This record gives sequence, C-alpha cells and structure tokens, in this order.
Amino acid sequence: MERILFYLLALNMISFAIAAVSTRKMLRSVIYLLFVLVGVAGIFFLIDYNFLAAIQLTVYAGGIIVLIIFSVLLVHHIELKLEMAKPKRQIATVIACLLGIGLFLTTIYSYHFNVVENNLTTTTSDIGSKLLSYGEGGFILPFEVISVLLLAAMIGAIIIAKGKKLNPKTHT
Amino acid sequence: MPETAAQITEMIIIAIIYLGIFSVAGLFLVFMERRVAAWFQLRIGPNRVGYQGLLQTMADALKLVSKELTGTVKADKFLYNLAPYFVIISSLMALGLIPFSKSFQAFDINIGIFFLIAVSSIGVIGILLGGWASNNKYSLIGAMRSGVQTISYELSVGLSLLTMVLLTGSLQLSEMVEVQKHGWLILQGHIPAVIAFMVFMIAGTAETNRAPFDMVEAESELGAGFHTEYSGMKFAYFFLAEFINMFIIAAIATTVFFGAWLSPFGITESLPWLGIIWFLIKTFALVFLMMWFRWTFPRLRVDQLLTLEWKYLLPINLVNIVVMALIVWQKLTIQF
Repeated sequence: MERILFYLLALNMISFAIAAVSTRKMLRSVIYLLFVLVGVAGIFFLIDYNFLAAIQLTVYAGGIIVLIIFSVLLVHHIELKLEMAKPKRQIATVIACLLGIGLFLTTIYSYHFNVVENNLTTTTSDIGSKLLSYGEGGFILPFEVISVLLLAAMIGAIIIAKGKKLNPKTHT
Repeated sequence: MPETAAQITEMIIIAIIYLGIFSVAGLFLVFMERRVAAWFQLRIGPNRVGYQGLLQTMADALKLVSKELTGTVKADKFLYNLAPYFVIISSLMALGLIPFSKSFQAFDINIGIFFLIAVSSIGVIGILLGGWASNNKYSLIGAMRSGVQTISYELSVGLSLLTMVLLTGSLQLSEMVEVQKHGWLILQGHIPAVIAFMVFMIAGTAETNRAPFDMVEAESELGAGFHTEYSGMKFAYFFLAEFINMFIIAAIATTVFFGAWLSPFGITESLPWLGIIWFLIKTFALVFLMMWFRWTFPRLRVDQLLTLEWKYLLPINLVNIVVMALIVWQKLTIQF
C-alpha cells in the first residue's frame, strides 16, 4: 500500500513539475508548482514526519505560493501568454536541463544510502528541545544564526519599501 | 477480503460519512443564519418548507443543482473550475480532525492543531484563483482583498492557539481534551486565556471572511466579490465552504478553550455518549456568537482592517504569549 502511494505521489510530482515549466500561462504554472509542493508534503506524511509535512503545507503551499499568486495577479492579464523562445535558446535550455539531470542522477546513484529501520515518530517536542539544546548534537547556533538572518531580511525589506521616505533630506 | 482492500473500504466509508456531515451541517448552518438574521431584524424568516422551515435550505440546494452553469467567455476555464475544490477540500480536511466525542474523531494526528492551521491556509488559494480566473474586475478586487485579509489574520489565529498550547503541552487534539478534565482551558489559563479567546474569535471571523470583515464580497461595492461569475453548484461550493469554515472555527474554539466534549464540571461523566451533544451545544453557541457579530457591527474599511490586525491584535498577542508563559512557569494556573 505504501509503495503504491509512493509511486502515485512520485508520478504526480514529476508530471506536475514538467507541466509547471512547459505551460505558457503563468498562473497555471504556479498552480502546478503548488501541486508539486503538496506532493512533497505527502511524501513527508508517508514517512510519518508529520511536523515537517505541516511546515511544508504552511510555508510553501500557504505562504510562498500565495505570495507568488499575488505578484502574478498584480502584473499579469488573463489573455497574456508567455512567448515561445527562439530555437537557439530552446536547444541551449535542453542541453542545460540534460546536464542538470545527469549531474543529479549520477550523484544519487553513486551515493550509498544507509537504510535504517525506524518506526519511531518524530514528535514536535523532540524537535523543539533539539533546536534549543547547546549540548551534544544541539542546534542552538544555526537556530540563532537563522534568526539573525531573518531579522536582517526584515530590516532590509523595510528599507527597500520605505525608500526615500526614511531620509527627510533627500525627500525635499 | 484482503487487509488492504478492507482498509481502503473503511477509508472510503468514513470519507462518505464525513461528506454527509459536511453537507447536512452546511445546509443547517445556512438555515440557522437566516433564522437568526430574521430574529435580529424582528422578522420571522423561512418557516414554510418542513417543520419551522427546516427543509428550506434543502429546497434551495435542489434549485442550485438544477441551475445552468454559466461562465465568462474569456475566463481561464481550467483554473475557474478548479478553484471551488481548493476551498471545499481544505475545509473538509479540517473537519476530519475535529474531536466530536472521545471515539468520534477521524484523524487524530500528533500535530493536530498545527495541521488545522496548515490546512486552513490553503483555502485562500481557491479564492484567489476563482477571482482571477473569472476575468472580472470586481472578482479580482475581491480576491485580492481576501488574500490580504487571510494572510494577515492567519498570524493571529496561529498565535492565539499557540498561547493555549503552552498550557496543554501537546498539539494533539485528543490530549488537549484530556488536559481539560481538570477544568476547561479558559478557566485554567484565566486572564491570558480569555484574551487569547477574544483574539481568536476576532481573527477567526476575519479568516472566514464574514461580516464585519466581509470586504471580500462587500455587496454594495463589489457585486458578490470573488464569486460574482460563479453560478449553480459551483457557487454553492463556495457558499457551503464559507459556512463550514465558520463551524470549524467555532469547533476549534470549543476544543481548545471550552473542553470539547467534556461536560461542565464533569456532571455527565458516566454517560460518555452525551459528549457529542455537549460538543454541538458549545459549538453552536459560538456559531451564534459569530452570527451576532455579523448583525451588530458595521463593515470595516480595508485600512482599518489591516490596522486592527497589525497594530492591535498582533502586539496584544505577543505580550499575551509572554504572560501565559510566565503563568505556566510560576504554576499560577487554576486547576481542580
């Protein structure tokens, strides 16, 4: 059963990923991308990592996709279609894609995966205490570094959005 | 029957039962809304079809099914038809997590409340898509407003629930109910819990796009907002999902603040089958509260809406979480 579900999800993700890059309507490609991301969440549910799956749904499906849809709604009209690229660029894209796929496949097939029998469900409290522990195997340093990075990003966003209004001298 | 087939059959039966609950509850809520509205306006309301008009919304649904499906010529047909399903699937998934009684809960996942927030954040995509794909400026404006509103108020819903998670120490809904056997959480957490409840009800009303936060479908400005171009059953999907979302918000509030299926002070603890009745009583009391909001407050402007969220609710919520953490740390909770 799990095997069937996995192949269904994988097929779903691959076909929607191809559809996302090959459609000529912008909002449709965003929706196909959403299906790919939901498929990833489904894989996380399948391996019983519910917390990560819910994060995937909130952050990617609920947050990032909604933001992308917003920007598409603002700039895109319903009758517009993306132009077909010139043949030269099409060939260049195909070569680049094939190179990328080749690189990924060789890496995946040459790497030896350690298969571990694990029936434990990762609970949220485990994740929380690991994130905040400064002992062996704790993640307090990356956690704090990421929070500083987010703070910097927020300040940067405010500066960009406010622009000249921040400095009264340049405004007048 | 082999085991996998039996499992699949079980899942399908449960899903069909939940679809039944979904439609019956949705239709009953529409009827309740109309009767409550009539009561507030000193009218009688629908009272002709069936006993006291109970079958009125059933008749309306039959009429909607038989209607012709129309659409705009230059709409993006694929997205236009896809949009209602986003809304309806997300609310149906949320319904599966609600603990109606101790044994009546379809999906008791260990991240319960967080999964509810995650699922409900997907519903807005349906509204955005429907508004854009209709190729109508009023729909588009309505959809944009809805997006802004839902993204902002999701924060308050999440943070106010997080305040209560500090008390329970678990995200699983059944464990949250277990904790409340020593007093409902709104009593256990006293002052910060009451503040969190108020914030949750305000933000929840805003998230379901109901009055006074219904700029999404402000009749006087936008026609019918994002579903102007939808007709027949597709319109009914949006309509039902809106009412079910109201039920879900009320049910979450019941579960988190008012002890779900537990009776007050455990008076009917020996009769566990009464749990579902207690749950429904509490939920419908909260649904009535949300209808009361609708007929009491005038509609907000968009800038007032955003000010309310970002300048009032969010800071209150952040301070509230710290206060709650202090109370839990110092063991100042009320338990009996």
